[in-house]
Amino acid sequence: MEYFIQQLINGVTLGSIYGLIAIGYTMVYGIIGMINFAHGDVFMIGAFISLIMFLVLGLIGITWIPFAILLVLIVTMILTSVYGWTVERLAYRPLRKSFRLAPLISAIGMSIFLQNYVQLLQGARVKPIQPIVEGGITLIQSDTFVVTISYLQIIIVLATFLLMSIFAYIISSTSLGRSQRACEQDQLMASLLGINVDRTISLTFVMGAALAAVASVLFVLYYGVIDFYIGFHAGIKAFTAAVLGGIGSLPGAMLGGLLIGLIETFWSAYFSIEYKDVAAFSILVLVLIFRPTGLLGKPEIEKV
Amino acid sequence: MAKATRPPLNWLALFKESGVAALIALGLSIVMFGLRTVDQQGGLGVQTRWSWVVFAVVSVFIGRLVLAIYRETRQPPHTPSGTQDSEQNRFAEFVRKISKVVAPLLIIFAIALPFLPFSSRYIIDVATLVLTYIMLGWGLNIVVGLAGLLDLGYVAFYAVGAYSYALLAYYFDFSFWICLPLAGIFAATFGIILGFPVLRLRGDYLAIVTLGFGEIIRVVLINWYTFTGGPDGLSSIPRPSFFGLPFSRRVPEDSETFHTFFGLDYSSMHRIIFLYFLILALALITNFFTLRMRKLPLGRAWEALREDETACRSLGINPTNTKLSAFAIGAGFAGFAGSFFATRQGFISPESFTFIESAVILAIVVLGGMGSQLGVVIASILLIGGTELFRGLEEFRMITFGGLMVAVMVWKPRGLLAHRDPTLRLHAPSHTPESHKSNT
Repeated sequence: MEYFIQQLINGVTLGSIYGLIAIGYTMVYGIIGMINFAHGDVFMIGAFISLIMFLVLGLIGITWIPFAILLVLIVTMILTSVYGWTVERLAYRPLRKSFRLAPLISAIGMSIFLQNYVQLLQGARVKPIQPIVEGGITLIQSDTFVVTISYLQIIIVLATFLLMSIFAYIISSTSLGRSQRACEQDQLMASLLGINVDRTISLTFVMGAALAAVASVLFVLYYGVIDFYIGFHAGIKAFTAAVLGGIGSLPGAMLGGLLIGLIETFWSAYFSIEYKDVAAFSILVLVLIFRPTGLLGKPEIEKV
Repeated sequence: MAKATRPPLNWLALFKESGVAALIALGLSIVMFGLRTVDQQGGLGVQTRWSWVVFAVVSVFIGRLVLAIYRETRQPPHTPSGTQDSEQNRFAEFVRKISKVVAPLLIIFAIALPFLPFSSRYIIDVATLVLTYIMLGWGLNIVVGLAGLLDLGYVAFYAVGAYSYALLAYYFDFSFWICLPLAGIFAATFGIILGFPVLRLRGDYLAIVTLGFGEIIRVVLINWYTFTGGPDGLSSIPRPSFFGLPFSRRVPEDSETFHTFFGLDYSSMHRIIFLYFLILALALITNFFTLRMRKLPLGRAWEALREDETACRSLGINPTNTKLSAFAIGAGFAGFAGSFFATRQGFISPESFTFIESAVILAIVVLGGMGSQLGVVIASILLIGGTELFRGLEEFRMITFGGLMVAVMVWKPRGLLAHRDPTLRLHAPSHTPESHKSNT
């Protein structure tokens, strides 16, 4: 039982990170109907930026941890958003009116490009960093097992839910959110009503990248090890989460992320750690067969 | 429009535009270029290289300025709608005419290659590699180019083919010629098993599921140590024989080898040349099959389905079965290529079947022009042969690949040699804002 609770805590932490990345997929899919394949790599770039920023802050001598984390968070969000914006501008915007597979293929090219770009610039080796936030609270102490929740896990879950609420507010109650929802329904009509469609789509990418940046900072803090390849797996998992929750739906992405995190953690804990990726993909296939619109997705109406 | 009537350049606006671009370049490069993580005693250290950042920012500023001046000073493009389309059709017509001449010439050249004076073992090895990719490209072309299904896990079927030959030869001692069709059948079966549940879905989901499937196959190959050898792979896979005559120097008792049977001196080149012709034949079979399929009702249904699924359904075409056939046939050809790969290398491991390999094959199909058989050949020669030429620049290989994929998509979304048979349209495309979302 204690073991179960511990895994539950670990699963929710992992799921929060997946959920944050998944929002980027789901927003972009909702608005322009394409899978932003390079989103996982934008996350990876965010992880590199945050790792370097932590190293630099350590060298400068900023040691008050809350301030350091906040500073890294802000810088990473800004710089990663620039990447998100540039990717959209260079690889997707020219293809807006092209045939359906074109942006997807361009996104795959972008993903390969970004991976190798980072590999060339920062080296292929695994990058470790010393743990920054340590310590935790012991929840249950039995003779055989100790259930702990680390401060870091609390930070991750809190940060995720805080950001989720902020973004839910932006989408539901600001003019930007309204234009996003308008573009989602009908881009032509939205542009006729005076919405700058290109700008709205760009901002969607920026928002997705900013959330991925937050996820990447949390990832660096939690795991402490990154390489140029982490974006691929994190991206696939997060996309699976977005589909599981119902692509296009913001709460769905969060729910899907939590579920994928829990499935992966419990599978590793109780079955075999080698096959945890297989478990996540099998879930994806099963969901697509039995409920193609995902758990919280709206059924799609096919128009001729 | 005469040149004199154009208003003078608005330098302020141009500089502002370039300045914004330079600012973005600064944001992109300040951490990734400016600070490099290096391994040092006791963890990671950071090195600075600000000169790179300055260089990036300045070059982006100048590049953007030049581009903007060019854009402002040239004649505004005034093309009536539809011109581009008919131009594309004229180009396609031209390509079709050319390919009638070029294709036989290429085939003759390919057959003659081993006997040409300049050919060497190295050239034939590279040519064999290029042909392997041409065959994989043609196989994937059936799935992506004709049926319009984006398959990101094509390498999984290649792996199934390679492993089924290696395992059948290992456990049952089957010869290459028995395993070749079996490998194709196995791969096609995998295609059907995977395709049946997911082909009913929209195209983008298919891409992700096939990607996931490719990863699953790789994970299983790595972890099922007792059966597949895990990450160590399988070695000493039997080499193919010339219809029962082995290519070996030592002549076994009471049997013959290739060189004794034909009364030749032994040469290690025989096997290399034989493998070359084998893949050439396999590739040409794939090509011939595809060309014939396009004329059959099933092949026509594939292309129709690519264009408009809803219309197809209203005309009584079963989309799932049609897609499934394309998927399985494409997978089957990957299986053939896989078993060729296994017998040529003599060693296989999961390392050879990563996502990058799928992406390379997809890049060949996409860059060549989806649906174009000649395009696949040209793209394979450029990409695979080209990277062989620039072996010294190995580390820049994949980044060029990725960049090329984006650039070609932006510049010519239909690929270098776009080929679309149903060129008759009721209304010109790309005027409907929904076109990128339509559920084809």
